[in-house]
Amino acid sequence: MMRDAAAGMAGEWRLRHRWPTRIWHWANAVIVIVMLMSGLMIFNAHPRLYWGQYGANADHAWLEIGSTPTQGILRIGDVMVPTTGVLGRWTDGDGMVQTRAFPGWATIPTRYSLSAARRWHLAFAWAFAIGGAAYAAWCMARGHLSRDLLPRRGELAPGHLWAEITAHARLRLAKGEAAARYNILQKLSYLAVLFGLLPAMLLSGLAMSPAMDAAWPWLVDLFAGRQSARSVHFICAMLILAFVLVHLAMVAAAGPVRELRAMIGGWYRLPEERA
Amino acid sequence: MRLSRRRLIGSLAAAPLLTACDRLTYSEGFREGLRAAEGLTMRAQRLVMDRGALAREFGAADISPVFRSNGTRRPGSQSYADHAARGFADWRLAVGGLVARPLSLSMAQIRGLPARTQITRHDCVEGWSAIGRWTGVPLRLLLEGAGVSTRARYIVFHCADDYGPVRYYESIDMVDALHPQTILAWALNGALLPIENGAPLRLRVERQLGYKHAKYVERIEAVAGLAAIGGGRGGYWEDSNDYEWYAGI
Repeated sequence: MMRDAAAGMAGEWRLRHRWPTRIWHWANAVIVIVMLMSGLMIFNAHPRLYWGQYGANADHAWLEIGSTPTQGILRIGDVMVPTTGVLGRWTDGDGMVQTRAFPGWATIPTRYSLSAARRWHLAFAWAFAIGGAAYAAWCMARGHLSRDLLPRRGELAPGHLWAEITAHARLRLAKGEAAARYNILQKLSYLAVLFGLLPAMLLSGLAMSPAMDAAWPWLVDLFAGRQSARSVHFICAMLILAFVLVHLAMVAAAGPVRELRAMIGGWYRLPEERA
Repeated sequence: MRLSRRRLIGSLAAAPLLTACDRLTYSEGFREGLRAAEGLTMRAQRLVMDRGALAREFGAADISPVFRSNGTRRPGSQSYADHAARGFADWRLAVGGLVARPLSLSMAQIRGLPARTQITRHDCVEGWSAIGRWTGVPLRLLLEGAGVSTRARYIVFHCADDYGPVRYYESIDMVDALHPQTILAWALNGALLPIENGAPLRLRVERQLGYKHAKYVERIEAVAGLAAIGGGRGGYWEDSNDYEWYAGI
């Protein structure tokens, strides 16, 4: 069988992703898209962000997406960025000019509906939470984290990190045996998402719930206020979007067929060594 | 009908995800599936939340400089205008439905009842928050005074503000109705309730979102079920726009 070829040979097949990882990955691919797009619609209901316990129209917003009679504008602090056509002022599918913050192509549903977006968002939040809890339990039971994700001795050394960064910058990605495992930049970004962004999304989301704040007052204290939690929720969503974009770019650079095949069927064919 | 190439490419490339999501959004079956999450959320939140758990109360320094108003800012009816012109001196709150002794109380009587003052955060479903100091009569006092029946499962609030042909209405269950912070407020930040914030009486139900906090309340009704109220989903926004009846998140 092909899979019994000599260790580390290019062309050798390895079991790269076990089935819980594959299921969780694809479920999250759907969940993250729905959460992101329905979240942008929810943001459209009040396209201003604040720090602290309270924040409404009369209070200072650190971020705002708005419009003038001719322009769409993104304001962050004192910096104004014209965003006509994309944010704040854009043309919908019927050719009508709209002044909502995020455009119809980026939101679920396309046309403004806070209630429908909330239905999507709060239902898929359950799928996200239940899936995440099940996957975390499996990871702990099988030692996935320590085996595959935690940095190994030497990987965090500045020299190694720098070598990986420069190699990535030149898109010289690992080949042969080295490609069988996650490299340190992958590990660090996956760990940052798993233990930073995803828990932050869950906690800051719950901290916006008035009932959860009554049940668990520490939740809102964690973020120093509900409006701060809302800002953190938005920032982390943008960071997750950035992660997804970089992730897709890296998949494309590393060989999309090889990578997709591994994430669907589990088996990964080691790429050829460089000549 | 011939499909133009441009339209064909458009529908194949850019639109399918959104089209699919939009189709699902407006499909009643899928919507019903999404709605199941509301019940799950309510049960889960009630599970981890003590029945009497209090919403946070803030200090005077935390109060929002401006308490934003939303929804109706001034009910349009002539009778409301007349009441407002007379300082709501003749406004009466009716308490009825499944009660042993229906009540009709004037504002003077209500302001004479034991009051609770609380500085709490108001969270609008749109995302903004405002902190204000509310003073009002605990709903529990009114319900006990009227001898609310053990068959009552919900309290419905009938309001004076119009939304097209209907008047605003909202409802909460007995867990929230009997909660110590659930009050019918008649003052905001030390002054009589302004018209834009619901004068002369508005509900505060501090563990839920803003649209549950009915303004311009003129009648309270204890009921066994919500099916006969409006469209049957328990509130104006619930019936007209499919907002959640349980607005704890």
